[in-house]
Amino acid sequence: MSADGCGAPVQTATPADIDTGGQVVVAGKVTGGDGPVGGAYVRLLNGDGDFAGEVQASPEGDFRFYAAPGSWTVRALHRTGNGEASVNAEGPGLHQVAISVA
Amino acid sequence: MSREDVLVTTQWAEENLNTPGVVFAEVDEDTTAYDSGHIPGAVKIDWKTELQDPVRRDFVDKSGFEALLSDKGIANDDLVVLYGGNNNWFAAYAYWYFKLYGHSNVKLLDGGRKKWELDGRELSTDEVKRDRTNYTASEPDTSIRAFRDEVVDAIGTKNLVDVRSPDEFSGKLLAPAHLPQETAQRGGHIPTAVNVPWAKTANEDGTFKTAEELAELYREAGLDTGKSTIAYCRIGERSSHTWFALHELLGLEDVKNYDGSWTEYGSLVGVPIETGTGN
Repeated sequence: MSADGCGAPVQTATPADIDTGGQVVVAGKVTGGDGPVGGAYVRLLNGDGDFAGEVQASPEGDFRFYAAPGSWTVRALHRTGNGEASVNAEGPGLHQVAISVA
Repeated sequence: MSREDVLVTTQWAEENLNTPGVVFAEVDEDTTAYDSGHIPGAVKIDWKTELQDPVRRDFVDKSGFEALLSDKGIANDDLVVLYGGNNNWFAAYAYWYFKLYGHSNVKLLDGGRKKWELDGRELSTDEVKRDRTNYTASEPDTSIRAFRDEVVDAIGTKNLVDVRSPDEFSGKLLAPAHLPQETAQRGGHIPTAVNVPWAKTANEDGTFKTAEELAELYREAGLDTGKSTIAYCRIGERSSHTWFALHELLGLEDVKNYDGSWTEYGSLVGVPIETGTGN
């Protein structure tokens, strides 16, 4: 993703051994009753509930954010339902979070 | 101006897919979403390759805009309904840009592609080809576009609205949280700017908040509506979204979008920068 763009890039799965290059990465998968849910809108909200970013999950339900350290809520919206989960990302590295929508 | 003058609902859109004189256009920086399925009949506009000059850092000129719209099959008297991903950021940019070149009959699809999808409405992969037109644009209306010198002069005199996230405003992040933090600019914001993130103007389904809610939001942020206002973000598309909220939904008269935004300002030599949460 080049620095001159601003839209959310196409999402892919994040390997568990990813080198985050010193960045705080919040990543995971959206699932429903029948497994992964593709195409959900995934929103990153800070500790105050304020919006920080949004991506559209991949067809396999994967999403990834580059955040600042802190406590985050990740909320998924899909035509079949919504869901959310919390993650505490204290420092650099990969912080995984799973969201189930219903 | 009322909401109906500048926005259409997804329901209205679905009912008017085949209405003569109505053209739907999906605008995005990354057009893979369009290619995987779009609103039936909608044409595609690529923000990066079609709206930006390929060499200079600027958008396409009047003749380039005329050629683009002619090629897309958009006529001067068509009602153009713009929508896109990323909560309509790039569609809002295109809206501002259509207005800049004098296309008065343009509206945004409220909620954009997200609302259309969350509603479970039809997407099509059929190729869309419209007959070529002979579009004529006006000279650019710079009363809605701010340039850097005007922005520096606005410090302490006009409203400056920084619509980026609080972490970008404070200088903690250089780009939105869904992007790698790889930019080279200095972090922070223009002194005296208030931080009203664009997202506060939208509901989670991507639709705009009501005029009453928007008025309250900017009142709380300390915006003096008696003054002129300049909105900015990082590259000018999120601030187009806020320009739309302030100018089109709230009806404030003198509102400009600074499309050079932080990528320009944060790289200028010698201009003042403030970090932290501001006042």
